[in-house]
Amino acid sequence: MTDLVERTGQLPAQRRTRRRLVVVGNGMAGIRAVEELLERGGADQFSITVFGDEPYGNYNRIMLSHVLSGEETEEAIFLNSLPWYAENGIDLRAGVRVDRIDRFAKVVHDADGGRTPYDVLLLATGSTPFFPTMEGLHRPDGSVLDGVFGFRTLDDARSLLAAARTHRRAVVIGGGLLGLEAAHGLATHGLQVDLVHSPAHLMNQQLGPEAGRVLRRTIEELGIRVHTGVRTRGLRGTDRVTGVELPDGSVLDADFVVVAAGIRPNTDVAVRSGLEVQRGVVVDDRMQCSAGEEGEEGSADGVYAVGECVQHRGQTYGLVAPLWDQAGVLADHLTGSRPDAAYHGSRTSTKLKVAGVDVVAMGLAGPERDDDEFVVFSEPHRGVYLNVVIRDGRLVGATLLGDVRKTAFLTQAFDQALPLPEERMSLLFDLGSPDEATSVAELSDDVQVCNCNGVTKGKIVAAVAGGCTSVNAVMGRTKAGKGCGSCKTLVEQVTEWAAGGDLTVDESVAWYVPGVPLAKPELMAAIRERELKSVSAVFRELAPGGVEDAKSKMGLTSLLRMMWPDGIEEERDGRYINDRVHANIQRDGTFSVVPQMKGGVTTADQLRKIADVADKYDVGMIKVTGGQRIDLLGVPKEDLPKVWADLGMPSGYAYGKSFRTVKTCVGTDFCRFGLGDSTKLGIDLETRYQGVEAPAKLKLGVVGCPRNCAEAYVKDVGVVAVGSGRWEIYVGGAAGASVRKGDLLTTVESPEEVITLIGRFIQFYREWGNWLERTYEFVPRLGIERVRAVLVDDSDGMAAGLDERMQTTVENYEDPWQEGAEPVTTGQFRPALPLGMPTVRA
Amino acid sequence: MTAASQVSGEVSGDVSVEVCRVEDLPVGEGRAYVVDGEQVALFRHRSGRVSAVQAACPHAGGPLADGQVDESVVVCPLHLTAFDLVTGAATGGGEGSIAVHPCRVEAGVVRVDVH
Ligand code: SRM
Ligand SMILES: Cc1cc2nc3c(=O)[nH]c(=O)nc-3n(C[C@H](O)[C@H](O)[C@H](O)COP(=O)(O)OP(=O)(O)OC[C@H]3O[C@@H](n4cnc5c(N)ncnc54)[C@H](O)[C@@H]3O)c2cc1C
Ligand code: SF4
Ligand code: FES
Repeated sequence: MTDLVERTGQLPAQRRTRRRLVVVGNGMAGIRAVEELLERGGADQFSITVFGDEPYGNYNRIMLSHVLSGEETEEAIFLNSLPWYAENGIDLRAGVRVDRIDRFAKVVHDADGGRTPYDVLLLATGSTPFFPTMEGLHRPDGSVLDGVFGFRTLDDARSLLAAARTHRRAVVIGGGLLGLEAAHGLATHGLQVDLVHSPAHLMNQQLGPEAGRVLRRTIEELGIRVHTGVRTRGLRGTDRVTGVELPDGSVLDADFVVVAAGIRPNTDVAVRSGLEVQRGVVVDDRMQCSAGEEGEEGSADGVYAVGECVQHRGQTYGLVAPLWDQAGVLADHLTGSRPDAAYHGSRTSTKLKVAGVDVVAMGLAGPERDDDEFVVFSEPHRGVYLNVVIRDGRLVGATLLGDVRKTAFLTQAFDQALPLPEERMSLLFDLGSPDEATSVAELSDDVQVCNCNGVTKGKIVAAVAGGCTSVNAVMGRTKAGKGCGSCKTLVEQVTEWAAGGDLTVDESVAWYVPGVPLAKPELMAAIRERELKSVSAVFRELAPGGVEDAKSKMGLTSLLRMMWPDGIEEERDGRYINDRVHANIQRDGTFSVVPQMKGGVTTADQLRKIADVADKYDVGMIKVTGGQRIDLLGVPKEDLPKVWADLGMPSGYAYGKSFRTVKTCVGTDFCRFGLGDSTKLGIDLETRYQGVEAPAKLKLGVVGCPRNCAEAYVKDVGVVAVGSGRWEIYVGGAAGASVRKGDLLTTVESPEEVITLIGRFIQFYREWGNWLERTYEFVPRLGIERVRAVLVDDSDGMAAGLDERMQTTVENYEDPWQEGAEPVTTGQFRPALPLGMPTVRA
Repeated sequence: MTAASQVSGEVSGDVSVEVCRVEDLPVGEGRAYVVDGEQVALFRHRSGRVSAVQAACPHAGGPLADGQVDESVVVCPLHLTAFDLVTGAATGGGEGSIAVHPCRVEAGVVRVDVH
């Protein structure tokens, strides 16, 4: 972009003679066309004005599904934010609707009464949801019932989200792409969703009956009730919709209804402007419109159209892939960079992710002639269905549902009618040949890898050549994989292949923190050698150009505090907010307070204190946590010191990358099965190792017998009494985002040995674990045998040193909640969203 | 806490407001003030410079003054989106951006321009 701006800057002469391009429709096709134009130096030739009905910049409509399901924020889906238009000298009329075009005066009339002259006009008005005729859809006055929505725009998505928050039951009419996406999105908000689809099977546009059935199974597993082969008779409700009536007279109750029964091209402007309109705005191979007035012949002078609003060779399209081709042809043509450029239509091959299911469909959905070969694989319970249709030895159709690993090869074979392997099964599965690498290699450069953002294999290869060293870098540069996400695997494959197999997984991945190009061992060596004791010193000495990096500060602080147990040069800004105020920040900027409750054992006195504090500061919620203690949630920052003081209990460290909890069971004292005093051992462990910082959280568990009532098998460190005074020690367990049974480190004879060994393990993890690497990743990475060799058999003579350094750490422990009395920095507990605070005025 | 001084001056069409003493901002950290009715997060960089941006993160209202900064960005404490302190744009692909207010230190006092 910038170099364009410069170039135009150098060519004032040309700029005065620039033609006026007016675009009607600020959506995906219109703006893609403008981008293609700019890429071809169009800024020198055109001064551009864009009219957009919607009061926003151009966003990725595809991602509205993710916005609805809550996977994406509104901000994240914008492709062109408002500054982009300014930077490119584009005059954006957001929120202004165009009425008609006076083709003879070459003037655009907008709804605000404005008149804008043009030399070249581009229609990219897209389409709108189609509402089939249903009894009761309209009120007597012709307006649509309240609670009936389409699903097309950001505003639609907002209304649906709002409705989802306040209602329980929704009915979605239409079982195609949009209907399924809407149903899925609403179901993720916990609504009871019914989906009514009049054709016999789901996604009948793309899929055959069998594939449709397999998809239905998967959709029903999401808790969505699917009714196929059922045409909606009418809507119930006088002012607001209350239900959907089916042909058999039965009624599906609904608090609101989403209509996704297809789309209709927006042709009203074209019609009013006397352009030829059939199902869509008719265009020729150069995307030029034709005149539709009586007696008028041929193409309409200077008027073009792209996107869902057009009809080309009798075809209209409802997916983005064709728009990219159209935009490219148009730009070639308008800028004269390829005057002979022509659009020949797009092969309908679809890559989609629908309601979380990968769907790839190209060509025929099933055999049509007796001699068509048809290879099918169906595994409904896994939601997998694959088929290919072969005619005269060429691929003429393929459907992949739930397993799309063969997409690359099949797309290629389909687009270029490649000769096919004799062993037809290898079209559906990797029977060794052609494996991913070869099939990726075989892809020609113009094969579309990411449909949503129109990224070809060529663009990805170029990005890699251009210095992108990681999949993320490539995705960032090309936007590939940033649409529906169905192509991520392929993007990875192509990137790896382009990077010559051994893709430099971001070198930075090996670094301890992004801002300092050193792996942990080298970093520690350098720090020790230069005696660096502050975060800023580390940046000064070891970061490129001595530049500090906000995202590296927390990890460095943790590392320094581990390396210099008897004190570092504290720099508060090196700490994450949780560690500056010793509480866990929450979504609304308040904090949670979890006092220490060793081993999950408490006293009436503690409980009384907690109760009083909760009353006094009317805490938002008092919650018994999964870590066997009590969480006071919703405490304002400024109250934290008072809360700690009144509690008079030490911090439970529920906020730090540090030793958190030791869950215990009642053990020998009370349990009839108890084989060892798990409660006491748990308390001793927590007393000794409380608050010790680590690369990530440490959560322990001690149980009195293998019944495992405190989940010791799945903790970072778990201890299990197995009788006759013996204890098993497990490490690397997890039952969070991933679930893993810990590996048995060893079995020891006494609680003392347990305590020492665990201290040794923790110190080993602190010194060798990567930043934010949980033990359930650390232990498998080294292998339990290696860990056991080092810690139990002392293979590397490290044991003594580890024990010693852990001892110093333990001796230097201070309860952070003491800070409450004396703030360490000015305004340490000052609100960060100071509404209702005295305002500083001019 | 808040330095509620009433001095003002015209700078670049905006109103320039004395918000606090530079010592009120711990080195490398942020603090929030209500300036002329607007919530503003002030940061004091290790270089001595100061920055002023809107206090609430555009993503989900996270308290930016609680975020971590370097010389160029502030990282929101809630979901770690980084915002450029000069352009206000979210770095690394992320969309959405924050308002940046011109500000400087004069005689130990932090001045912010608001509209
Ligand atoms: C309060 C609590 C839920 C509850 O009401 O019980 C909780 C609350 C949070 N957990 Fe948890 N976890 C809580 C027990 C657990 C447990 C169960 C346990 O500790 O035995 C697990 C599974 C064990 C584990 O740690 O894997 C657990 C696995 C997670 C994870 C997933 C970690 C992983 O790598 O799998 C996260 C996310 C993360 O750490 O990145 C997380 C993150 C969080 C955070 C801190 C999210 C955040 O970063 O703000 C939540 C803070 C809420 C708040 O503001 O207080 N919490 N969390 C529990 C506090 C335990 C305690 O007393 O300290
Ligand atoms: C929820 C959802 C999910 C989707 N998922 C996928 C998917 O996974 N894969 C895929 O390939 N496709 C998907 N699509 C389809 C894809 O979004 C469309 O093909 C694409 O947006 C069409 O682009 P367009 O520019 O032609 O129309 P649009 O993007 O709709 O742009 C048209 C713009 O013109 C404006 N406009 C219309 N009339 C006027 C006027 N008179 N004056 C001013 N402005 C006007 C409209 O307001 C609109 O902003 C999805 C669509 C939706 C709604
Ligand atoms: S599971 Fe843990 S992280 Fe997830 S919402 Fe509950 S408390 Fe928060
Ligand atoms: S609130 Fe700031 S990143 Fe989410």
